[in-house]
Amino acid sequence: MSDVQTFLDRLAERTEARRQAHGPEPTWIAARRQAGAARFDAMGFPDRRVEAWKYTDVRPIARGDFALTDSGDFSQASAAALTLPIVAHRLTFVDGVFSAALSDLGELPAGVAVLPLSRALAENHEAVGGPLGRLTGVEFSPFSALNTAFMEEGAVVRLAPGSVVKKPILLQFLSRANAQPVMSHPRVLIEAGARSQATVIEHHVGETEAANFTNLVAELMLDRGAILTHYKLQEAPLSDLHVASIHVEQGRDSRYTSFNLNLGGGLVRNDLITELNGEGAVANFYGLFYGQGRQHIDNHTLANHNAPRTFSNENYKGILDDRARGVFNGKVVVKRDSQKIEGFQSNANLLLSDRAEIDTKPELEIYADDVKCSHGSTTGQLDEEAVFALRTRGIDEQTARGLLTLAFAGEVMELVELAAVAERVELAVAGKLPERFNLSGLVEAAILLHDD
Amino acid sequence: MLEVKDLHVTVEGKEILKGLSLTVNAGEVHAIMGPNGAGKSTLSAVIAGKDGYEVTSGTITFEGQDVLEMEIEERALAGMLLGFQYPVEIPGVKNIYLLKAALNAQRAANGQGDMPAPEFMKLIKAKIAEMKMDASFLQRAVNEGFSGGEKKRNEILQMLVLQPKLAMLDEIDSGLDIDAMRIVADGVNSLRAADRGILLVTHYQRLLDYIIPDHVHVLVDGRIAKSGGKELAHELESRGYDWVVEESAA
Amino acid sequence: MASQEMEQLVRREYKEGFVTDIESDTIPPGLDEGTIAFISQKKGEPEWMLEWRLKAYHQWLKMTPPSWAHLDYPAIDYQAISYFSAPKRPEDRPQSLDEVDPKLLETYEKLGIPLHERAALAGVAVDAVFDSVSVTTTFKEKLGEAGVIFCSISEAIRDYPELIKQYLGTVVPVADNYFAALNSAVFTDGSFVFVPEGVTCPMELSTYFRINAANTGQFERTLIICESRAQVSYLEGCTAPQRDENQLHAAVVELVALEDAYIKYSTVQNWYPGDEDGKGGIYNFVTKRGDCRGDRSRISWTQVETGSAITWKYPSCVLRGKDSIGEFYSVAVTNGRQQADTGTKMIHIGEGTRSYIVSKGISAGRSNQSYRGLVKIGPRAKGARNFTQCDSLLIGDQCGAHTFPYQEIGNSSATVEHEATTSKIGEDQLFYCQSRGISEEDAVSMIVNGFCKDVFQELPMEFAVEAEALLNVTLEGAVG
Repeated sequence: MSDVQTFLDRLAERTEARRQAHGPEPTWIAARRQAGAARFDAMGFPDRRVEAWKYTDVRPIARGDFALTDSGDFSQASAAALTLPIVAHRLTFVDGVFSAALSDLGELPAGVAVLPLSRALAENHEAVGGPLGRLTGVEFSPFSALNTAFMEEGAVVRLAPGSVVKKPILLQFLSRANAQPVMSHPRVLIEAGARSQATVIEHHVGETEAANFTNLVAELMLDRGAILTHYKLQEAPLSDLHVASIHVEQGRDSRYTSFNLNLGGGLVRNDLITELNGEGAVANFYGLFYGQGRQHIDNHTLANHNAPRTFSNENYKGILDDRARGVFNGKVVVKRDSQKIEGFQSNANLLLSDRAEIDTKPELEIYADDVKCSHGSTTGQLDEEAVFALRTRGIDEQTARGLLTLAFAGEVMELVELAAVAERVELAVAGKLPERFNLSGLVEAAILLHDD
Repeated sequence: MLEVKDLHVTVEGKEILKGLSLTVNAGEVHAIMGPNGAGKSTLSAVIAGKDGYEVTSGTITFEGQDVLEMEIEERALAGMLLGFQYPVEIPGVKNIYLLKAALNAQRAANGQGDMPAPEFMKLIKAKIAEMKMDASFLQRAVNEGFSGGEKKRNEILQMLVLQPKLAMLDEIDSGLDIDAMRIVADGVNSLRAADRGILLVTHYQRLLDYIIPDHVHVLVDGRIAKSGGKELAHELESRGYDWVVEESAA
Repeated sequence: MASQEMEQLVRREYKEGFVTDIESDTIPPGLDEGTIAFISQKKGEPEWMLEWRLKAYHQWLKMTPPSWAHLDYPAIDYQAISYFSAPKRPEDRPQSLDEVDPKLLETYEKLGIPLHERAALAGVAVDAVFDSVSVTTTFKEKLGEAGVIFCSISEAIRDYPELIKQYLGTVVPVADNYFAALNSAVFTDGSFVFVPEGVTCPMELSTYFRINAANTGQFERTLIICESRAQVSYLEGCTAPQRDENQLHAAVVELVALEDAYIKYSTVQNWYPGDEDGKGGIYNFVTKRGDCRGDRSRISWTQVETGSAITWKYPSCVLRGKDSIGEFYSVAVTNGRQQADTGTKMIHIGEGTRSYIVSKGISAGRSNQSYRGLVKIGPRAKGARNFTQCDSLLIGDQCGAHTFPYQEIGNSSATVEHEATTSKIGEDQLFYCQSRGISEEDAVSMIVNGFCKDVFQELPMEFAVEAEALLNVTLEGAVG
């Protein structure tokens, strides 16, 4: 049986089970599922001859046999240990299933809705059907097609024009250690009305022994003047397979800031795309990835400058140890007649082992002449001046190199405004750095001091 | 404690120090002065162990140990600390990390464990106040985006925390306005102690109005051409360096 | 290429083919084993060479044309191309400059090419006036004294079969890519250079001298070998637009540098780019690769690409030898409807290998240009270093400039740096020049030449001057 057929069979079973349990679905959903399945069937899983998948082998996903689950059980204690210590409007999903017990929305400001997709569909499925799939259709990739065929749960965030959400909205995705690996296809839909403001944290984390497949699609629509900060903190268990397609649409003067922080996952692929459709729109893409063991982390980003006077700014940093492999593909596209564009892109990587590999490709595709675009990519060595300066303070060379490696990540983390996220990542990076760097205790102590 | 004997140093094949000798004892403050290009900064860089300086002959000993055989950090742990003329910016490395890592390294070398967090905090807060710096600077990256004055104050702060046996300050006054100079000088003066040596390298006499040296040396063309007490500095101010240059050439 | 043009071309060739059938020096369009046997026989090649060609042909049949480049052109009908045409006889050529396209002559004028050379370049039968053969003979003697072999690849196959067997196809294997396989099957001529151990070639070698001696045809094959401590500088191409009816060029260039050898290869390419509407023009699909086999060897590619309707070209270096160096300096200018997808590959295999890439792209009119590069650092390339600078300049709002740099890094001690910028000519720069009384067109030309300076300074002197002139000709009409 082919890899594709395994998934299609699961889909058929699931559709039938759903029909028996809940009766027929709204026709638009059924039609999209069908379109998704047909598209997935036609494309199959991408092989490495497909340019966008040149460096990423998805066979661990294609060859897997993943069940679907209806159980959102997760022990309160282990959830508490994993969760981000932050006051937030919280939605929790366990292997893709909504967990009311682990969710706490608290009090939301007027005009703001945060709810699980299933509930949004139950309340008014047509209001969901309009925006859903508008940015990420089944054509985008075999994974978006697969998601569309399977989607059941996820998060819907609606911000009325002018609304401001002070506390972050936390979408927590927990991966559970199951007897049989499961898959989930979460769907996130964020509609930020004009001049609304919010911070959304997408947090992927789970039990160490888990080995599940998450295939997320997120569509984020920013109306004019909206400001959205989007943290994706991916700390999935090391055997988890994680694919995410995040598509953003930006109206006039909107500002989207992404922190794409990848520490976990065995096989990770992120696609982050923004459509800068209105003048004055600004997109900031900040990324950090840390791979060790045999982790494979692939980040593809794309900034489409579809309107004049739009700005994109990107800074991704990667640290790779052991036999880990990192992929960075950043692309800036300036459409014809999109004049007065500024697009900056930077990717820097550090390899800590000779068996680690980074494949990086910063691309520019430009069809207008009044532009200022640049990209830089460096893979290489720590600043020897800085190593010397630290050693003159009595710090041994390895610790000095450790501090500078931590600092390398720190340049992205400095921009993080949420202390809970910054500290968590900093601790995680310090903890992951090879023992020879001898940093244990240092960061903890510094964070304690900071909190003091 | 520091003994430099007949030191010859070349940089990129060019001889910069040509037989320099100098002794600094505990409790003394020495000022090394001299015209530009005389080799003033080379001396402190060689003592600290910077790359690219080749010692062709001569010796440096510190408390009887051969300094030239020591690793960079070993020199610091032995108690020699260099205040840079141009402090290096280290993006991403927080000052607090640097101070804590350096202090821990020193304590480990002395067979002590890490300083407990509350004690460390108390120490740092006191020293920061002494240098009239804001506590927020601890979370900032080392020297990144600092003004010239802030950088120099940061160098002194590190000295105050690490309490070296020999503090070497390379042109610590350059780029400072008068207020910053006072703060830096106060910091250095507070380091004066019977068991500590201080080596100041400076081009201008101005700094020596605030930090009164016990000995003044004039470095000309890679050698100490003249040594004297603090009054020599005043003489240099009124007469310039030329007369020393001529005297030494004669 | 417009299909009806191809048809015209085909019909004409076909007709001529029949007319000259008796002399049997041109064959009808089409490609099969017979065509290859014919070429091989015409060239008087030994049996092993024919076998080599046929092997390439069989590989080619199994391959498909590459589609990854940022290029847009209709599929090429390989059966509609004539693969062998003997050099023109003097009576077939234009008999005087009066018969030559005035537009072409205008271009020569602008380039400042001496009158007698213009005739030679235009293919006028002027051997009596400008005897390239005698020029060839003079410098051949000088080369012979030094032990340097410089001849056509056909001669080399006949006269130096051992060298050919040892090196041909070892840098660019016959099935390396679609166009290289095609070239291996049907190449008709090209250059061969062999510089023996310890010899520095006493003069710069150039195909310029051979322009009249041979009609090198659509499928050139060049092989340059430098033994230990040998050095050579080779200039390829012509500084004026070549008259060339052929639409498809698929050349292969192989360079081999042994220990401490240095090969400098410079190209100025100015094939016919097609007219303003994108009709006609050369499709230039070239495979150029240098192999730094020996320790401390160095290969340097410099190219100025201003012509061709389509350019598909990635001069590359395989850095095998310890501490070997690869360099790539490129200026590519596109105007009208030209499309260029060009760049380089630096494959670091040996320890301490270094590579430098400087690429300057200028797009004007409705043209599209891409830089495509690969820097690969293998796991054993300890301490390898690469620096890439890749700048694009846009003139006008209907053109495109694209950058696709691939970096594959598998060694923690490597340092790889890539910097790229895309911008238009600064209005303040233009204004500054204009306020000094310089016309807009001259100002653009000054600024563009400045933009390309880093690359031009790598060119041999006389080439650099002509490259600048060429740039101005290509960019003519791009402003305003």
